[in-house]
Amino acid sequence: MARDLSNAQTVIELVKVNKWYGQFHVLTDIDLKVRHGEKIVICGPSGSGKSTLIRCVNRLEEHQEGVIAVSVDGRRIELTNDVKNIEAIRREVGMVFQSFNLFPHLTILHNLTLAPIWVKKTPKKEAEEIAMSLLQRVRIPEQAMKFPGQLSGGQQQRVAIARALCMRPQIMLFDEPTSALDPEMVKEVLDVMIELANEGMTMVVVTHEMGFARSVADRVIFMDRGEIVEQGPPTEFFANPREERTRTFLGQILHH
Amino acid sequence: MTDIASGAAPATRTSRPPPRGEAGAIGWLRKNLFGGVGDGLTTIVLLALLVWGLWGFVEWAVVNANFSAKSGPECTANSPGGACWAFVRDKYRLIFFGTFPFEQHWRPLFACIALFAMLIASCDRRFWNWRLAVIWLAGSGVALTLMFGGVFGLSFVETSSWGGLPVTLILATYGLAFAFPLGILAALGRRSKLPLIKSLCVGYIELIRGVPLISLLIMASVMLPLFLPSGFTIDKFLRALVAVVLFAGAYIAEIVRGGLQAIPKGQYEAADALGLGYARKTFFIVLPQALQVVIPPLVNTFVGFFKDTSLVLIIGIFDLLNAGEQAIVDRNWSGFANEIHVFLAMVYFVMCFAMSRYSKYLERELNKGVRR
Repeated sequence: MARDLSNAQTVIELVKVNKWYGQFHVLTDIDLKVRHGEKIVICGPSGSGKSTLIRCVNRLEEHQEGVIAVSVDGRRIELTNDVKNIEAIRREVGMVFQSFNLFPHLTILHNLTLAPIWVKKTPKKEAEEIAMSLLQRVRIPEQAMKFPGQLSGGQQQRVAIARALCMRPQIMLFDEPTSALDPEMVKEVLDVMIELANEGMTMVVVTHEMGFARSVADRVIFMDRGEIVEQGPPTEFFANPREERTRTFLGQILHH
Repeated sequence: MTDIASGAAPATRTSRPPPRGEAGAIGWLRKNLFGGVGDGLTTIVLLALLVWGLWGFVEWAVVNANFSAKSGPECTANSPGGACWAFVRDKYRLIFFGTFPFEQHWRPLFACIALFAMLIASCDRRFWNWRLAVIWLAGSGVALTLMFGGVFGLSFVETSSWGGLPVTLILATYGLAFAFPLGILAALGRRSKLPLIKSLCVGYIELIRGVPLISLLIMASVMLPLFLPSGFTIDKFLRALVAVVLFAGAYIAEIVRGGLQAIPKGQYEAADALGLGYARKTFFIVLPQALQVVIPPLVNTFVGFFKDTSLVLIIGIFDLLNAGEQAIVDRNWSGFANEIHVFLAMVYFVMCFAMSRYSKYLERELNKGVRR
């Protein structure tokens, strides 16, 4: 799947990013450039900082050193404490969580339309049309009037993807989107993500689904103990990992 | 065809109803009241006690009661051992409307009706939008115009002449209506990351909660005027209302804070990731869920404060309970305090029970769909 993206515009840029939880150094000198349309899969053992890394991109976590910049409408915006910048970036970056985090007191449709109506000031009718077409895309339009608690895990995660897409983001972050799902529901969520990837969305995905990484990713990044240990196109990454730590990790998750 | 393991759809395999217990009234009785010798005995003893106690009350309240006597001694002579409801009949206008000018009693009556209508309409979720503001403006406008007067040819009546049910209703309704948003703001402030706002809210909540309502009322009524420039006065009734608002606000704040803590972190993160911002996140995502969780303790507090408004007696305001106490003092009817108290208890019970039932209904309504 690796394509030549060297001419594409950089949409996310991390330069020497460092972060600590108290004394614990979670991210060490992270350098990363994501290009427009690129699909990146981040893998690594638990506690390696991969979730923290993508959560820093939309400021769910604050980094303490280094620069994180996101391109919004061709403008490069740096993440600072300026709430305006944070909100501009969040409008451009959609996120899907491991535990779905749908709003349980709102219907599926209302979950999808809330942010477009109140943040983007989309007229209600238009927002609902967009929401319904997205529900169609994730193949659950018939659930629009139900509440999240009435849906299966797989359906909820597809709603969560649709909810993020409603804001028409340029970039999508996925934080272990299939880890909380029953095995038979993983595929329906991955299928939606693959479709999205084929449509050209820029995606950064933290996942252990190596099949997905093989077929979709332009680049696979392996993290351990807060550092990027190794990265490369999936063919190379899976066939000849250079680092010992990568080989150990792949050995553990590929054949158990 | 009945092989479940092969994953046949539920429609194609034969499903049968669950086994039937002992159906019908007899079955229910046997299961719940006479499950064994001990159960049966307990049931019989408790029923006997209930009948005995109830009969004593019914004898007093209905069988031997007097509804028509003109004075206390007449009651005693005509209906010994019975309730003297004639006393309540003679005094009900004093109890309900206190010292409001007697010939003007229709005004507090209609004020109460307006307030009740406003409160009942507010219970309907279909009105929980801009209509609620209209309902409250209209209801309050009608009620307060009737109570104060001074316009449309109505004579002006000072708040010091108000009494009885409208006083209880106004103090409780507006006390809680203002305390509720105040409490929510204080609860949100207490969780704020801004140190000044946080300490201000903690200070308010802890200070008020550490002081009895009575002392707050006395402060509002006696001490506050000392600090105001001479010639400048605030109505006593208004001061009492402010004291109730401040007091109830602190309690509501702590209840709401409990609800806020019950909201999973993921809800905040999802709202943040969508770029909702603090105000919209709080209003659309956090508060609806937090308040739903705390309906039972919230209504508990509302019921409590509805009754606690009686403490305004301390500063010389006569609400329903205190107007009733005033009625008891009448020499003509000495010795019949029980009747007034039972009557007052019933009036309070009806209103508090209505609140309790409504909270049950609301919990069920809001849980629709959320539960599987």
